Amino acid sequence: MTVEAERIPEVSPREPALEAKLHVMWESKPGIRGWLSTTDHKEIGILYLVTAFVFLVAGGIQALIMRLQLAGPDSQVVNAAVYNELFSMHGTTMIFWYAFPVLSGFSNYFWPLFLGGRDMAFPRLNAFSYWVFLASGIFLYCSFAAGSVPNDGWFNYPPYASREFNPGAAIDFYTLGLIFFGISLTAGGINFIVTTLRTRCPGMSINRFPVVIWGTLSANAAGMLVVPTVSVACFFLWMDRNFGTHFFNAADGGQPLLWQHLFWMFAHPWVYMIVLPAMGIVSDALPVFCRRPLVGYTAVVLSTVATQMIGFGVWLHHMFATGLPVLGLSFFAATSILITIPSAVQVFSWVATIWTGRPVFTTAMLFFTGFIVLFVIGGVSGFMSGNVPVDWQLEDTYFIVAHIHYVLIGINLFPVIGAIYYWFPKFTGRMMDETLGKVNFWVMFAGFNIGFFPMHITGLMGMPRRVYTYPAGLGWHTPNLITTIGAYILAVGILLFFINVVVSLRRGAIAGPNPWDAYSLEWATSSPPPPYNFAVIPSVASRHPLWEERLQEGMGRSVLDRGVVLDHHHETLGVDVFDGVPDTILKMPSESYLPLLLTLCISAGFAGLISHIWGISYAGLGIGLIVTLIWLWPRAEAGQREVIHG
Amino acid sequence: MLATPCHHGRPGGLPFVLAAALAIAAAPALCRADTPMAYTYGFGTKNYPVVNQLEGLIILSLLVVAIIGILVLVGSLVRRAAPPSGDLHDVPLLPAGRGLGFIYIGTALTVLALFGFAAWTFATLAAISGPKGGKAALSIHVIGHQWWWEVRYLGGDTGRTFETANEIHIPTGKPVRVQLTSVDVIHSFWVPQLSGKMDLIPGQQNETWIEADRPGIYRGQCAEYCGLQHAHMALVVVAQPPQQFDGWWAGQLKGAPAPRTALQAEGERQFIVRCGACHTVDGTAAHGRFGPNLSHLMSRRTIAAGTLPNTIGYLSGWIADPQHVKPGNYMPQLDLSGPQLTAIRNFLETLK
Repeated sequence: MTVEAERIPEVSPREPALEAKLHVMWESKPGIRGWLSTTDHKEIGILYLVTAFVFLVAGGIQALIMRLQLAGPDSQVVNAAVYNELFSMHGTTMIFWYAFPVLSGFSNYFWPLFLGGRDMAFPRLNAFSYWVFLASGIFLYCSFAAGSVPNDGWFNYPPYASREFNPGAAIDFYTLGLIFFGISLTAGGINFIVTTLRTRCPGMSINRFPVVIWGTLSANAAGMLVVPTVSVACFFLWMDRNFGTHFFNAADGGQPLLWQHLFWMFAHPWVYMIVLPAMGIVSDALPVFCRRPLVGYTAVVLSTVATQMIGFGVWLHHMFATGLPVLGLSFFAATSILITIPSAVQVFSWVATIWTGRPVFTTAMLFFTGFIVLFVIGGVSGFMSGNVPVDWQLEDTYFIVAHIHYVLIGINLFPVIGAIYYWFPKFTGRMMDETLGKVNFWVMFAGFNIGFFPMHITGLMGMPRRVYTYPAGLGWHTPNLITTIGAYILAVGILLFFINVVVSLRRGAIAGPNPWDAYSLEWATSSPPPPYNFAVIPSVASRHPLWEERLQEGMGRSVLDRGVVLDHHHETLGVDVFDGVPDTILKMPSESYLPLLLTLCISAGFAGLISHIWGISYAGLGIGLIVTLIWLWPRAEAGQREVIHG
Repeated sequence: MLATPCHHGRPGGLPFVLAAALAIAAAPALCRADTPMAYTYGFGTKNYPVVNQLEGLIILSLLVVAIIGILVLVGSLVRRAAPPSGDLHDVPLLPAGRGLGFIYIGTALTVLALFGFAAWTFATLAAISGPKGGKAALSIHVIGHQWWWEVRYLGGDTGRTFETANEIHIPTGKPVRVQLTSVDVIHSFWVPQLSGKMDLIPGQQNETWIEADRPGIYRGQCAEYCGLQHAHMALVVVAQPPQQFDGWWAGQLKGAPAPRTALQAEGERQFIVRCGACHTVDGTAAHGRFGPNLSHLMSRRTIAAGTLPNTIGYLSGWIADPQHVKPGNYMPQLDLSGPQLTAIRNFLETLK
C-alpha cells in the first residue's frame, strides 16, 4: 500500500450513500466480541459509566451497613474490624473508582461529539484506560476474597498502614490498587489532552469549547501532574511494608508526615478533579433548560481553570493539626479561603442564568438546580474549615464528613444523575420517564438532606469520624438515627433512578436527535449517534452551533450538513491547537484486542506483586512487552503523512 | 418535532423547602445543646476566640445558603410562566447579555466577606498561639498509645514528677502546656470544650496548651483514626481550683499504701505476678510499662480510656474479660480464678 503524501479532502454534503459506507467502516463487531475489542469512544464511555455505577452501588451498600451500625449507641451490627474495613473501602471506592471514572464516562462518550471529531486521538489507549480502570477495581475488591481488606481509611496514613501495625496484605491491596488505577488515569488523561489540542472540527477555537471540556481538561492536566505523587507515595509504602525501607518509619529515621504531604498534594487537586467536570456539565446544560446562553462564559471558564490551579496550593489544610509552623498554616488558610472566589463566580453565573432565563423544570433541570444549593452548602462548610483555629475543632469530626458528602454527592452524584437524564436520549434514542424522574429527584434530594445535614450538627456536637460506635449520653444518638433514615431514603432514590433507566431503555418515548432543543454539536447527530459520529466533518462559527441562527450570534454561521468527507479509512481531522484550523488528516486504528490483552498482562504483574509469587509478575511483564511491541509496530496503512494544503 | 418530553411543571416540593428552612433554623439551637463534646461553646481563654469565630462562620454560612437558596428558589418559581406544552422547543430563546451584574456584585460581596474572615482567622490564630504572657504554669507530657493516653506530670525536679493515665487534672485559671508524642501510630489530642486538636505523631514532639477558667470535668477523645479501637480512646480533663489541684498532685506522689488485710496482701502479690509485667503501681514491685500506670487507680473517674465508669462492678468485669467491651485491645484474657479476681480487686480498691 502506498502512502499518499498529500491529499486535499473532498468537501460534500451529507448523503445516505456516504453514511452507509462510513457505517460499515466504523461499526464494531457484534456481541461480546465487539465490547471486548471496541475502540469506539461512545461504547467505551458507556462501559465507563456502567462500571462506575457498579462501584457506586458497592460503595453504597458498604455505607448502608455502616449506617445501621451507627443508628444507635454501642450497637453491634458489625464489629470494629469489619466497620473499619467498610469505611475504608467505602471512601476508596467512591472517591477513586466511582467519582472520577463516572465523569470520564461522559467525557469519553461526548468528547469527539462536542469537538466534532470521529474518535479520541488514541482510540486503543482509550480502551486500555478503561480496561485498566476495571481491572484495578477488581484487584482492589479481590481483597475481600483474600480476607485482608484495606482498613486504614481512604487516606491510609502510616504508621498505622505500616507492616508493624497492619500485618497481612490489606494495605498492599490499597497501595498496589492505587498504582494500578493510576495507569488508567495517566492513559486517559493524555488522551483527553491530545484529543482536545489536535482533533477538533474546523472553527472549534478554544473560546467555543463547552465548559465541560474546560473542566475535564483542567482535571486531566492536573491528573498528569499529581497522579505521580500518589503513585510514588504508594510505591514507597509498599517498599516499606515488603522490603523494609524506611520512608515513613520514624523509628528508623523515616517521616510519617511525608505520606500526608505526598498524599494530599495529590488528593486535594483530586477533589477538584472529581467536581470540575461535573460543574462543567451543569454550566453547559443549565442554559439549555433556561433557554439562554450561559451568563459569563469566559468568567466561568477562567474560574474553572483557576480553581484547579489554586487547588494545587491548599493541600496543607488537611494537616492543620500536625504541628506545622503558624506561618505555613496562615499561607494555606489564605489559599483555602481564596479558592472560594472562583466557586462564587460560578454560582452567581448559574443563578444569573436562571434569573435572566426562562427555566423549564425537567428532571435534569431539577437535579442541576438542586446541585446549586448543595454546592453552596458544601462550599460554605469547606470555607469554614479553611479558617485554621476553627478547623482545629471541625477537623476529623462528622462536620467534615457532612462537608465531603455535600461536595461529593452534591457536586458529583447530583449533576451526574441530572446528566444521565439530560443525555439518556442521546445514548439510547429514548427519553427517560419524567414523572418517575421527578419522584426520583425529590426522594434523593430529601433523603440526602435528611441524611447528611444533621451530620453537621453531629460534628458540632463533637462526634469524631471513623468511630465504629459511640457511647450514649453524648447527644449523638438522635442525629445519627436521623442520618441513617435519610441514608436509606437516599438509597431508595438512587434505586428509583436505576429502575427508571431500565424501564426507559425498553419503553421510553423515541427521542429524535435534539429533544431538548439544545445548542451543542452532540445534538446535531442522530440519537444514538452513528459509530462515525458525523458523516461530514462540521465546521463551527460560534459557541452555540444549533442556536446561532436564532440568537443572531457572531458573523459567520456553522455548517453542519456539508463538510470535509473522510471516507478512505478510519480518519479524522487534525487541527492547529488554538484556532482549530485543520492542518492534517489523521488515520486512526480500528478495533483491537490489544488493550484488553495488555491489561491482562499488567493484571498478572500486580497479581504476582500482591501474592509475592514473582514468577507471575515476570510472565506478565514479558508477555506485556511483546503485546506492547505488537501494538506499537509501525504499519504502512496508519502512516500519518497526509497533509491538507489550501 | 418527534419527541415531546412530558409536562414540565414548576418544581413542587414546598414542604421540603420548609423542612430544610426549619432544619437550618434549628441548627444553632441544637448546637447549644449541653452535650459533653460540643464545641459550639467552651471554657477558657484559648477557646473563647475560637467559639466566637465559629459562631461568626455559622451565621455567615447560614446567610449565604439562605441568600443563594432564596435566589435560586425565587428565580425558579416566581418569575415566568411555564410554556403550556412543556416542550422546550416552544420556549423562545433569549439572547446573551443580561445577567453579568449577578457575577460582579455577588463576587464583590464574596471577596469582601472573605477578606474579613481571613483577617479574623489571622487574629484568632495569633490570639490563641500561646498563653498570655507566653508562660505556662506547668507542663504535662501526653503520650499516645493504642488505645489509651499516658500522662506524665513534669515537676521542676524528679521528686515532683509522676505518671498517670487517661485522666488529666489541671488548675483553673492557669495555662497548661501539653507536650504530645506517640509510641505507635498517629493520634490526636482533643478536648473540645478547652482546645482544638493537635496530633501525636511518632518521631516528633508537638505542643499545645489548654486553660480552663472554671472548674469542671471535660471530655476528650482521640480524633485521628488510630486503628481497631479508635472509638474507645477517650480521656477526661478535670479542672480544679489551684489549691485542690495542689492537693491532688501531692496525693499522686504517694506510693501505694501497705496492705491492711490478708486479702489485700494476696491481691498485691497476685497483681505483681499477673499484671505487673504491663502495669506499674508506685510503691510496689509492679513496674510494667506496656499498659497504663495504675497508681491511684481509684482516684480516676473512668477505666479503659474513658470507656467505662470506674466502679467496682465495671472494674471487675473489665479485669475478668477485657476483650468484651473493647475487643482487640492489648490487655490479654487472664483467665483468673474467682478468688484471684477478688484478691486483685481488693488490692486495687486500696489505690486511692
